[in-house]
Amino acid sequence: MFRYLERSENTARLLDAGLRLALTRTSSADDDWDSVISTAGVRDGYFERHRDLEASKVVDFVLRDPENPSSVRSVITEARNNARRVRTALTREVWEATNQSWLTTTAALDQPVPDADLPRVLNVIRQESALVRGALHGTMMRNEIFNFARLGSYVERADNTARILDVKYYVLLPSARHVGSHLDNVQWTSILRSVSAERAFRWAYPGAISPRGIAEFLILDRRMPRSLAFCYRQMGKNLGHIADEHGTRRPSHDLADELIDRFLDRGIDSIFDAGLHEFLTQTIADTARLGAQIETDYRFTA
Amino acid sequence: MYGDGTSVRSPYRDYEQWFVTEDPKRLHRISTEAEALFRRTGITFNVYGQDEADERLIPFDVVPRILTASEWQRLARGIEQRVRAINAFLHDIYHRQEIIRAGRIPVEMISTNDAFLPEMIGFTPPGGVYTHVVGIDIVRTGPDEFTVLEDNARTPSGVSYMLENRETMLRVFPELFSTIRVRPIGNYPQKLRRSLEECAPGRTADQPTVAVLTPGMHNSAYFEHSFLADQMGAELVESHDLRVVDGRLAMRTTRGHEPIDVLYRRVDDEYLDPLNFRPDSVLGAAGTMDVYRAGNLTLANAPGSGIADDKAIYSYMPEIVEFYTGERPILENVPTWRCAEPDALSHVLSNLTSLVVKEVHGSGGYGMLIGPAASRRELADFTRKLEADPANYIAQPTLSLSTVPVLTRKGLAPRHVDLRPFVLVSPNSIDITPGGLTRVAMRKDSLVVNSSQGGGTKDTWVLEDR
Repeated sequence: MFRYLERSENTARLLDAGLRLALTRTSSADDDWDSVISTAGVRDGYFERHRDLEASKVVDFVLRDPENPSSVRSVITEARNNARRVRTALTREVWEATNQSWLTTTAALDQPVPDADLPRVLNVIRQESALVRGALHGTMMRNEIFNFARLGSYVERADNTARILDVKYYVLLPSARHVGSHLDNVQWTSILRSVSAERAFRWAYPGAISPRGIAEFLILDRRMPRSLAFCYRQMGKNLGHIADEHGTRRPSHDLADELIDRFLDRGIDSIFDAGLHEFLTQTIADTARLGAQIETDYRFTA
Repeated sequence: MYGDGTSVRSPYRDYEQWFVTEDPKRLHRISTEAEALFRRTGITFNVYGQDEADERLIPFDVVPRILTASEWQRLARGIEQRVRAINAFLHDIYHRQEIIRAGRIPVEMISTNDAFLPEMIGFTPPGGVYTHVVGIDIVRTGPDEFTVLEDNARTPSGVSYMLENRETMLRVFPELFSTIRVRPIGNYPQKLRRSLEECAPGRTADQPTVAVLTPGMHNSAYFEHSFLADQMGAELVESHDLRVVDGRLAMRTTRGHEPIDVLYRRVDDEYLDPLNFRPDSVLGAAGTMDVYRAGNLTLANAPGSGIADDKAIYSYMPEIVEFYTGERPILENVPTWRCAEPDALSHVLSNLTSLVVKEVHGSGGYGMLIGPAASRRELADFTRKLEADPANYIAQPTLSLSTVPVLTRKGLAPRHVDLRPFVLVSPNSIDITPGGLTRVAMRKDSLVVNSSQGGGTKDTWVLEDR
């Protein structure tokens, strides 16, 4: 359920960044929409439905298409169904916030969203998801239920951040050709925007925006709540609480430790040296593996 | 509310004083607000035969139905008497069958009845309780006359609506509750839990584990199942969570399987255990009945309780009450023709237009004929059905049900209602929540109050004794 909620929020951010990019530049907007659907992991699904890339089609597919299992409407419905299923694990406030978020979001997505309305609708999606998170933090016991909820969010978030970086990895590579060009600046800002990190980045890196800085920030910075290092550390913490409560460790704990170590005591240069794309691909695969292992260890599949 | 004339009946006096000062526009606005509250809570139901995704709200009327303390007292005594009799009857029918030996009910009523479970013969459930939760459907047929329409001894639903209706009224009309003293009902979930715990199998030493078994999310009463589990602090389980482990019924948790002491099951008998009942059932857990019969589990309500609320048995309820309590029944029974009897059948067939015909095992207002409202074709259909399988039907006269006011666009208007009070039975006590669920036919003159047929609900107030 919390994976789905995180996903709907991430998708809204991604579209927001894509929209901004499309408004900023006139040429090669296609590439930007292509990277939106690639990052959302729905590229194949999109081209099964549509032949060409077109802003309104992408927006509709990513937000509303019932055939797209990752569309915001699909995931918010799935999240709400899951919440109904595990109703007794949630406080009344978390349940009602989730249900309300479903009611509001599906109402907002009932009709195709006109361009002029898109920013407002994206805002609704993000706000609703913030309300659920607020209810979760404000009312839930800090027991394993909470830990599993957080685990779901961080698994999804790590996957999302890794994908954002991977889809754009080529603009992050140190290459003489682009450095400092207007084009790259726009691309870099867009990456930060899609994880709501423009301001946070400024705090951490007061100088000019550099691809190296962005990569370091989103991969290794342990203060940045959407960075890979942060997400894995949180997964480790939550798994640790569960291990304490159960009095025993399971295979997912070792897997998580292994992943956490990957981000410790290393600089961004060593990642660039080893190959950014390879590193990110590996991370995406390992995150999926960890998610599956947690499900097996704790019997989430009947 | 207005009785026969134009004067306000006493229970409604204070409410009416408040009502006349209210702006009707405000009341309609509040009515819309209440609906939004219900949506937010997710108190919706799925209609059978419709798209699974189709969730509906039961219409809610903001005007409460009000009973005085003395009206309620009498009702409560009648209900308690009836529930005692039902439990005594169930024990008897699965043991010595004295009532049959005494010739008060014919043996065929039991021997050919599908609701009678041979698996229960000679077995006494933990604490001797058969019907842990009962809902008795009652209509008012006169100033001091209450008639039972139906006993629900299996898994009566609707209690979540009773609770949410009150919750909503408290939120939208707080001022009413500070001037009018209404008996509270909010502790029902705690009482239900305690009542179930008191019926736990004897050997349970510490806090018994209580779980609610639901057929799943697509069941029409799913909201209620999850609501009750949540409010009781019990686990909500589905069949795939259950398994028999070391002679106990156990549920899947993140730590493995953990045993259950009391299962409040909202699944019918025949689906409860594919090993002992319907082999194709995917709603229960294999071996549940064996655990139960070994005394290691409480099932609420006990399997086989359905024999007591069977519509054919219903007609014998006055005899049943007298036989086990030695008292005259306080609540009336609707005169009932058992179509299995040839005389009754011919009477029913020649008076079809004035009768209500029901299937013996039917529920939810499905498969019934309301004579006065039926078309010629429906009447002909039912004549054929009755002739083909008379034992499957009973018939009753249409009652002159009482009406209570509902809020309509044109102000208050009378609508027919019934009342389902909820009764908790534990080894030592019978507890009746003051009031119950009032169901209301939202269409003018309609007698059908079932939610599956467009009926609505309202909050039910029992006033405190002054």
